[in-house]
Amino acid sequence: MNSLFPSIASRSQSSGLMNFFVPIISIVLTLITGSIIFVLLGFDPVYALYTFFISPISSTYGISELFVKATPLALIAIGLSYCFKNNIYNIGAEGQLTMGAIFGGGIGILFHDTNAFWLLPLMIFAGAIGGALWGLIPAILKTKFNTNEILTSLMLVYVALFILDYLVVGPWKDPFGYSFPKSRPFSESGRMPLLFDGLRVHFGLIITLFLIFISWFIFSKTIFGFQLKVSGYSPKAARYAGFNQTTLVFFAFAICGAFAGIAGLAEVSGPIGLLYRDISPNYGFTAIIVAFLGRLHPIGIIFASLVIALTYLGAEDAQLFLQIPSAVGFIFQGLVLFYLLGAELLINYKLTYKKLL
Amino acid sequence: MSDTILNIENITKSFPRVIANKKVTFDIKKNAVHAILGENGAGKSTLVKILYGLLEPDEGNIKLNNKDFKVNSPAEARKQGIGMVFQHFSLFDSLSVKENLILGIDEKMSYSDLENKLENISSRYNLPLDLDAPITALSAGEKQRVEIVRILLQDPQILIMDEPTSVLTPQEVESLFVTLNALVKEGRTILYITHKLEEVISICDTVTIMRSGEIIDTSSTANQTPKTLATKMLGQKLDDLKTNYGHIKDEVNFEVKNISCDFNDPFLTDLKNISFQVRVGEIYGIAGVAGNGQSELMDILTGENINIKSGSITFDNKKIEKYGPQKRRDLSISFVPENRLGHSAVPELSLSENILLSQFPKNNFIRNGIILKNNVDDFANNVINEFKVITPGNDAKASSLSGGNLQKYVIGREISSKPKILIISHPTWGIDAGAEHSIRESLIELSQNGTSIIVISQDLDELIEITHKISVIYDGNLSKPFKTSEIEIEKLGLLMGGKNE
Repeated sequence: MNSLFPSIASRSQSSGLMNFFVPIISIVLTLITGSIIFVLLGFDPVYALYTFFISPISSTYGISELFVKATPLALIAIGLSYCFKNNIYNIGAEGQLTMGAIFGGGIGILFHDTNAFWLLPLMIFAGAIGGALWGLIPAILKTKFNTNEILTSLMLVYVALFILDYLVVGPWKDPFGYSFPKSRPFSESGRMPLLFDGLRVHFGLIITLFLIFISWFIFSKTIFGFQLKVSGYSPKAARYAGFNQTTLVFFAFAICGAFAGIAGLAEVSGPIGLLYRDISPNYGFTAIIVAFLGRLHPIGIIFASLVIALTYLGAEDAQLFLQIPSAVGFIFQGLVLFYLLGAELLINYKLTYKKLL
Repeated sequence: MSDTILNIENITKSFPRVIANKKVTFDIKKNAVHAILGENGAGKSTLVKILYGLLEPDEGNIKLNNKDFKVNSPAEARKQGIGMVFQHFSLFDSLSVKENLILGIDEKMSYSDLENKLENISSRYNLPLDLDAPITALSAGEKQRVEIVRILLQDPQILIMDEPTSVLTPQEVESLFVTLNALVKEGRTILYITHKLEEVISICDTVTIMRSGEIIDTSSTANQTPKTLATKMLGQKLDDLKTNYGHIKDEVNFEVKNISCDFNDPFLTDLKNISFQVRVGEIYGIAGVAGNGQSELMDILTGENINIKSGSITFDNKKIEKYGPQKRRDLSISFVPENRLGHSAVPELSLSENILLSQFPKNNFIRNGIILKNNVDDFANNVINEFKVITPGNDAKASSLSGGNLQKYVIGREISSKPKILIISHPTWGIDAGAEHSIRESLIELSQNGTSIIVISQDLDELIEITHKISVIYDGNLSKPFKTSEIEIEKLGLLMGGKNE
């Protein structure tokens, strides 16, 4: 007779093929679990899944929306890879995004009646600086005082959100805005150019693809990418090699913060056009799932961002057509992460049922 | 067959790429020390893992006391009377010795029971332990003692020992042998896995030699010499090595002067006024028991720790004690720390990528921050070919190599850049005799070509075989150097035990 509870034993060799399939398996399992949830809620699972995953992208507009949502996710996720590869758990990208929006948006508000070619580049630059500076705070705390970056970066998210809150109800409030908590709109040249007429997909997508390409190059071809990887795998080996780990921590945080900051600026200068309270539906947190679902690989992150963006759109459609709360989208995101981590465990370990004598 | 305790019949175990045990058949006699001798990858570990319930054989039978023996876990194996002491310790570092012992045994036992039993074991087998010391504070030798005691608490009939002497001083080895003899006298059987030929002859009664998963021979040790054993184990003849002083120049190119370093940490050994000089082409050995300041000294020699209290390191007339590892490499100083996995190499990375951990000014690996992959690959291939590293290619992960092969690769990487001085810690720790031999030969060859070498090692045989001078580190103090050709083993042993008359 075997014991009821399995124990975990490590596999002598993890299969490379399975490694590749982990994200796909997790998505399939998510869909299966999702249909079970829909059935329990009393919906036809085929219709519900269709509403959730197919109908949102069955029009050109829908596909454009998919890219609008995927853009910040992919950009933040690739930034997070710099940290995660180095075993730095920066989970404060949402705060870095917010700071980027504040810095870049601040320039937009300052020059709200200026129309000049340099405005948008300046806003993007300011957004990157804002995000990077916010990212450097946990980096300094980690390297100087050995604090845990998970806590500090997370707490700084809320500080950033409150700063934004203060600005849009206080000094940066739109004087003609009937006291709504929002800023003046940016001038036309402070907005991300649209890529196609009538669709919301904007220039931020091009910036994102460019930065993903650059990151791919850095990760696979440069000594800096190599140093990040080594110090993530083994800090001792990095010390032996003479890599400066403090510098690596600073760079990883600064780059991640800058990317998140650009993502935040792209949101406010793209679809939104001004600063207000809820500029991001948790892109900074969801991007953590995207980064891992994409296995910290640039190409993987592109696909993962599309999948997760779809859960955002699906949640909206489900709310509209099925009258279920849009939080269902978060359930799907949670399920993907759950199955991803589960599958990852099973790749490296197997369950064994001990024989009871 | 009443004197046979264990019959192993036709055990076969294959893994996806390799047959680790091929129809392994031999008997183990009761009341004896039975050696299993073989290179890394010969299948010894697989066989003992099967005996200990960690692996299931594909085919074959095992009989313990003429009864079928089949276990699915170490706990079951222990219940049936087979205990094992691993080469790598499985202890909880943050817990005390006492807690580790309580956790490690299968039945429940109170601390007072444990202490009683322990007193008995400690005195009977000469295994003293400080029960309240945390494991992190112990030397490797003391940790091993904890492991042995933990198994003895469960009163095994057969005790499997995997490379037990690799971390011990000569005195400790001797006392281990006393322990083993006492155990055998009580009717227990020892299965002794080793690479060390002398040990087989001095302590073991019977030896089974394995090569490539097969049994080459099982015979009494009575008529064997180290040479005959080595020939059977390796399938080839070993050359003799001899100390040669002819090529050493008078010029000192590396000098450590009065280095002191306080760590303020009970788990680290403070270094006290350490001085020594190395001449061009000389191999300088630092002997000592684990935990006497070797790793602390190594960190200071490599530049991984530059926070010294006082003293200086001079190389080629430059003061380098404040230089980090890369600045030292820039001066053509190269180093190989003790731990391969995660220190001198990253197991998750490919062999090619591991080249980049150690870059010298002459290497043309990087231009404007971009890795020149072809140059790195060529360098890696060169190391693989020249040092006969067995691997499918330079894109294989470092973790896929056996310990000996990875060590050959790491040392090859350092030697290939033709350093002026090589600082190496435990060059042949835990690797097979074939790799050990070739590493020692390449170190000797390197010194003959004018490179100075500092070897920190616990393996006295190794130091005597390759070095020109030896000094002993004990509790952070370094003794004066002795010429290896005139050295007395007893004198070294005393110094290693802290007795300096």
